[in-house]
Amino acid sequence: MSGRATRTIRVDTLARVEGEGSLYIKMVGERVADVKLKIYEPPRLFEAFLRGRHFSEAADITARICGICPIAYQMSAIHAIERALGVHIDPAVRLLRRLFYCGEWIESHTLHVYMLHAPDFLGFPDVIAMARDHREVVERALRLKKIGNRIVTLLGGREIHPISAAVGGFYKVPTKSQLRELVEDLEWALEASLETVRWTAGLSFPDFEQDYEFVALCHPDEYAFNEGRLKSNRGLDIDAAEYEDHFRELHVQYSNALHSVIRGRSSYLVGPMARFNLNFDKLPEVAQKVAMQAGLRPPVKNPFRSIVVRAVELVFACAEALRVIHEYQPPTVPRVDVPNRAGVGQAITEAPRGILYHRYALDENGLIVTAKIVPPTSQNQKRIEDDLREYAAQLVAWPLEEATWKCEQAVRNYDPCISCATHFLKVQIDREDPHGG
Amino acid sequence: MKTRTAAEPMRIICCGNRERGDDGAALLVAERLQELGIEAQIHAGEPLALIDAWSGADDVIVVDAVVTGASVGTVQVWDEQLPSAVASAPASTHGLGVAEAIKLAQVLHRLPPRLRVYGIEGKKFATGTDVSTEVKQGVENVVGQIAALTSR
Repeated sequence: MSGRATRTIRVDTLARVEGEGSLYIKMVGERVADVKLKIYEPPRLFEAFLRGRHFSEAADITARICGICPIAYQMSAIHAIERALGVHIDPAVRLLRRLFYCGEWIESHTLHVYMLHAPDFLGFPDVIAMARDHREVVERALRLKKIGNRIVTLLGGREIHPISAAVGGFYKVPTKSQLRELVEDLEWALEASLETVRWTAGLSFPDFEQDYEFVALCHPDEYAFNEGRLKSNRGLDIDAAEYEDHFRELHVQYSNALHSVIRGRSSYLVGPMARFNLNFDKLPEVAQKVAMQAGLRPPVKNPFRSIVVRAVELVFACAEALRVIHEYQPPTVPRVDVPNRAGVGQAITEAPRGILYHRYALDENGLIVTAKIVPPTSQNQKRIEDDLREYAAQLVAWPLEEATWKCEQAVRNYDPCISCATHFLKVQIDREDPHGG
Repeated sequence: MKTRTAAEPMRIICCGNRERGDDGAALLVAERLQELGIEAQIHAGEPLALIDAWSGADDVIVVDAVVTGASVGTVQVWDEQLPSAVASAPASTHGLGVAEAIKLAQVLHRLPPRLRVYGIEGKKFATGTDVSTEVKQGVENVVGQIAALTSR
């Protein structure tokens, strides 16, 4: 490559992400002049669909936003509405919701770690090519994912877009014996997750660290799923009701998804690395121990190592699922009756990709007047651009094809779900001689 | 491992998403077959779970909407030879569709002894749209072909 030549790197289709968008990077000499994560998938307008619907429909409608993390949408919707209406749930329902979330994390993290992200590190174009050389690894992934599917199917009534979760509890709860049937599989899954940590820790990672503001839900006693205060490593400590006082969404001309920033500061990072760094002491001992053995100590600042962090969260999800099953006694009241009344409620829960904020205003008939949803990919969007601005600068001298692949990999560090944020990513890198040569 | 004492009838698995236009074609096939008393599974879930869905079966038919560039509603059948340049309907999860599930199963040696894929060419996969008229004709075509197979 000539340092004076103008170069354009273009990848028309970035695979292994959910959604449709493109990435544009302009390099002038050795300087990265512009980075734009362009999400052109049309807005999906779910917040508008929700207006005028009864609060009891919100969980089923919002579950349709994503096929990978429908439970996250259900949990945030349900918790926000329960806060609006002052609903108190049976402690066993609370436990079941944690188990429900474990199922989704196992499904989603397995899919991303093995099927979407690992091929990058091993130099394969996709999981099919990877399976030719790593058959046992892919078989392990398929079995792990199936176990997550089983949990979701049992608690949600079906594997995709579950239907059993409701404001006030569940329409149908499992028996103790139904949960006990999961134990043998989950014990295998826990061992497989530990192996996943060891396997991912052996991958090669670029030397790249950033000074992030990590934002995650924090609970005094547990690795948070549904409850807690929203905290950061830079002093943020708020209730979900204060979210919009501290975060704002910005429209950028080139994207159909809003950029989320912290007021008075800028981009921030949500998801596995944020949770791990802020809540390491709440992980079960088995997860802490394997993380330390894998060389992970908070704060982890290299986004490429997020694949190992996700694997640690797989360990957590399996261990937590087993704990819940051992403690479970069916609730006396699977679902409390929730009368109609006016109110406003906000909730934040931890989707696999990070915090998911919902706010609902209800009228006296229980109908939704306004709804606001801020998904994790929207919150990470600006942070992805900031990462790429720094990372692309390291790739100036790289051959175009390799540089482009590395940038795609950097995007996949975030497991972006563009469908949630507003689907395929196209990557274009322009290189320009600063002297016009 | 499952043991089977007698030959299992063919397993028919119809894949798709009713909420995404022509991607719902195979689900219409399943419903029509069920009306005719022919057992057909609806697989509306995640494509990789297909590998489990056909586990234990010797003779499997998968029906799905496809995009090959043929005219809309065209029915294509891949018997023994797997489709190589076919894209599943673009409503899949994180870029993994039925075609990828079949290719992955091949690498993992988890294909059934006989797998036939009935593809119905689709054209529109937008959220909230109905199956197009030409595709509905393709649905009837597939139903007729599978019904004839099961009556042998």
